[in-house]
Amino acid sequence: MTSLILQVAVRVLMPLLLMFSVFLLVRGHNLPGGGFSGGLVAASAWALFAIVYGAGAARRALRVDPLTLIAAGLGTILASGAVGLVSGRPFLTGLWGALDLGAYGAWMVGTPLLFDFGVYLSVIGVVLTIIFVLEEE
Amino acid sequence: MPALMLAASILAGFVAAGAAPAFVRRFGPRAAAWTALVPAALALYYLSLACSEPAVARVLPWAPSLGLHLSFTADGLGLLFALIVSGVGAVVAVYSSGYFGGDPRLGRFYGWLLVFMAAMLGVVLSDNLLLLYVFWEITSVSSYILIGFDHEEANARAAALEALVVTVAGGLCLLGGVVLLGTAGGSFEISTLLARREGIQAHPLFLPALVLVLVGAFTKSAQFPFHFWLPSAMVAPAPVSAYLHSAAMVKAGIYLLLRLGPLLGGNAVWTWGVGGAGLVTLLLGAFMALGQTDLKRLLAYSTVSALGMMTLLIGLGTPASLGAAVVFVTAHALYKGALFLAAGSVDHGAGTRDVRVLGGLFAPMPRTALGTGAAALSMAGVLPFLGGIGKEMAYEAGLGYGLGVAAAAVAGGLGFFFVAAVAGYGPFRGRAPAAAHEVPRRMWAGVWTLAGCGLLLGLRPGAAAGLLGAAAAAAGAPGMQLKLWHGFGPALGLSLATLAAGAGLYALRARVRESAARLTWRRGPEAAYEALLGGTLAAAAGLTRGLQSGRLRNYLVIIVLTLVGLAATPLLLFQGVHWPETPYDLRFGEMGIAAVILMAAGLAVRSRSLLGAIAAMGAVGYAVATIYLRYGAPDLAMTQFLIESLTVLLFVLAFYRLPNFATLSSRRARVRDGAVALLAGGLVTVLVLVATGLQLHHPISDYFVRTAVGEAHGRNIVNVILVDFRGLDTLGEATVLGIAAIGVLALIKLKRKEP
Amino acid sequence: MAFVIGGLFAAGIYMMLRRSLVKLLIGLALLTQSVNLLIFDAAQLVRARIPIVPEGEHALLPPYADPLPQAFILTAIVISFGVTSFAVALAYRALRTVGTDDLDRIGETELS
Repeated sequence: MTSLILQVAVRVLMPLLLMFSVFLLVRGHNLPGGGFSGGLVAASAWALFAIVYGAGAARRALRVDPLTLIAAGLGTILASGAVGLVSGRPFLTGLWGALDLGAYGAWMVGTPLLFDFGVYLSVIGVVLTIIFVLEEE
Repeated sequence: MPALMLAASILAGFVAAGAAPAFVRRFGPRAAAWTALVPAALALYYLSLACSEPAVARVLPWAPSLGLHLSFTADGLGLLFALIVSGVGAVVAVYSSGYFGGDPRLGRFYGWLLVFMAAMLGVVLSDNLLLLYVFWEITSVSSYILIGFDHEEANARAAALEALVVTVAGGLCLLGGVVLLGTAGGSFEISTLLARREGIQAHPLFLPALVLVLVGAFTKSAQFPFHFWLPSAMVAPAPVSAYLHSAAMVKAGIYLLLRLGPLLGGNAVWTWGVGGAGLVTLLLGAFMALGQTDLKRLLAYSTVSALGMMTLLIGLGTPASLGAAVVFVTAHALYKGALFLAAGSVDHGAGTRDVRVLGGLFAPMPRTALGTGAAALSMAGVLPFLGGIGKEMAYEAGLGYGLGVAAAAVAGGLGFFFVAAVAGYGPFRGRAPAAAHEVPRRMWAGVWTLAGCGLLLGLRPGAAAGLLGAAAAAAGAPGMQLKLWHGFGPALGLSLATLAAGAGLYALRARVRESAARLTWRRGPEAAYEALLGGTLAAAAGLTRGLQSGRLRNYLVIIVLTLVGLAATPLLLFQGVHWPETPYDLRFGEMGIAAVILMAAGLAVRSRSLLGAIAAMGAVGYAVATIYLRYGAPDLAMTQFLIESLTVLLFVLAFYRLPNFATLSSRRARVRDGAVALLAGGLVTVLVLVATGLQLHHPISDYFVRTAVGEAHGRNIVNVILVDFRGLDTLGEATVLGIAAIGVLALIKLKRKEP
Repeated sequence: MAFVIGGLFAAGIYMMLRRSLVKLLIGLALLTQSVNLLIFDAAQLVRARIPIVPEGEHALLPPYADPLPQAFILTAIVISFGVTSFAVALAYRALRTVGTDDLDRIGETELS
């Protein structure tokens, strides 16, 4: 598609959308959002890019093969589950610890956050795999 | 760690099974005999256990939430059977390398033989009923493959299938019984259950559990009316018959009865059920053996009869009968194993198994003849062989219980004598040397070993008294006496009478055989089995023809109409439709959303334009998202919006080049489909209305709501459920998505090979 | 709400009964929406009390929207996207290979 407006709009929107997706991911544990919606927003951003500039350009801009993202996401999920396993609890047991951020207070960190990040990565990978392939046809 | 060692001994069997094919391929068929070292070493290990402290049971949790533990016990009963299994296994392994010669399938054979052995050891050494069941099923499956070893022969396949269907059906019953027992007793550990005997016997589930366990044991041990698979299985190679069908697998049911007798016995159902089945099997097997002309089938029917004898003795449940059962099991494994091996040797050396033709083999096959003769004497119940001791103990037990039982035991003994004479004496008698040759040493040595054990244990019963006594004690008969000479008494008289009558019967063998064959049941339970199997197949084929039309729409119509019928009938008949009083407190905006959804759905249905239909579908999705938003589900709404956009994008990317829809269906088809669809939609509407009217007890999400902040440190409960409480689901979901993506990639990218 | 679910269900079934492959897929999507709403509706609908614990509190005060069905539906939505995309790819491939989206004629080509 060669619409100039779209091309410019995408340039502006892309960073915003990607930042928004990370925002959704991070706050997902306490407020609406999470790995699914975050991942979908990011994937939509890239899909938009692919429609406007073509899947090839999108692939180049993404730098990683979406399939790798799927694998990385699933690997992250498994790793977050394995943490529980290694420490002698059942698979996928959520483990938490407080991360001291000094003046900003403590931030609760745990394997479920890692899990959510894995979901985020795999959702992006899945959607982009599908969209890119269909776009390229 | 004795339990670990026990577990390791079973594991060693499986490992050896895995390695056997490669070993045989690498070192050739003659070296295959060396695999016998594994069972031989195991036998020595079990022997060493038998000489040391009696019982150990250790638990290694496997699936603790199911009550499934890797717990093993090595008391007298388990060790006796383990010794039989591993010892006979070693003999059979050596014998097979001679029997099969250079058969290229030898490696596979050894693999399965060892799998079977390991599973059998697992059955007799498990203390956990579920674990026992797992091993039990492995023996069924491996026996299927071993019976069907000549899988190119149709009747071998049929016999293997028959054995599999019967024993696995029994195995299912056993599983049911085991689960019920576990429910009644609160544990699956046999040792624990034994301590709770009173409570279990009083439990309402006791009777069904008992019956199911008995069916399982009866199918495995070929008790009437499930006996028919055993003679059919004689198409198996001789070593398989010697091992599975005399020494090991058919004894699994006997083992189970002995093991669980102290738990389940002592009531009328047990006595009559077990004793009755044993009695019928004993007499039926003995009688049907009379008419057989094939050496192996002859032995098979006498095995059925012998298994009946054991079951009968267990059913009586007196200390004398249980002791006799234990001794008889041991003696039978030794002599019947030897005789089956000998039958294989005779077949190998003389080229036939027809007892009417065989004769004069003593001169060409002297070694086989000697070993076979010794085994046959044990079977005939002649002292000083172990079989003789076992028979006299059985007679004594029968006399102690009642004259009728004693008479049945004598009739059985008569049958054994006859079969022993026909199988162990007939083929070798006479002068005319048949054109036959002696078998290799590794074959006759096996017969000698087993038959020799029978003689040695008979001469020196003290050597085995400790183990057999411990086995009988585990089965509920402590203080068993094992001695060669029981003194002059009625049992000795009966024994002598059996020998005399048996000799007379053998003298008249041709006439006996004919009349027995004439009377033999031709359409027995086997016909019922065949009818059942054939009927099932025919019904399945008919159903498939009727339903599998190959058109998705027909399936869908059938499914929808079935659903509507099944759901609507009880609703209308029993429930009645209670319309909720005030179904919804709908506001104007929500009415609007509902109207939008319905209109968009209608548009999607009616639209002639492809893009129009897709757009309408998207509109439905967006409107649904607003519903989520409206009713407190912002996560859902967000996800729905995004997914819907992507879905629409997907459809457009894939299909925008297609022309608009043509009207493909006739008017009649459309009306019919519309009616079906409206029916389904109507049903769903009614169901939802009815469901809304019901107030069920409060949902489990209360738990999530209470613990989300405290334990999972998240305030978005939906997200907490996804990533923490139900993380495994989400992992599965992500995996499914990944697979879908790879599937899409493969579908689109892979180039079709042009024809 | 019941009528919406029923209507969507009927529309979905009707579309799935059509001979066009694309219509079938659209029907599948409509059916999915209907079922998701059904799950949503099965837990009593509560207006605008989202299942998020407010800052500083330790538990939700009833009435709140039941979070469990929401989690299920979220899973279902995403899974159904995977299924739909796979089906779309399958259909696309079928269209390319056979050249028609008429299910009956696709069946015939298989036979020949």
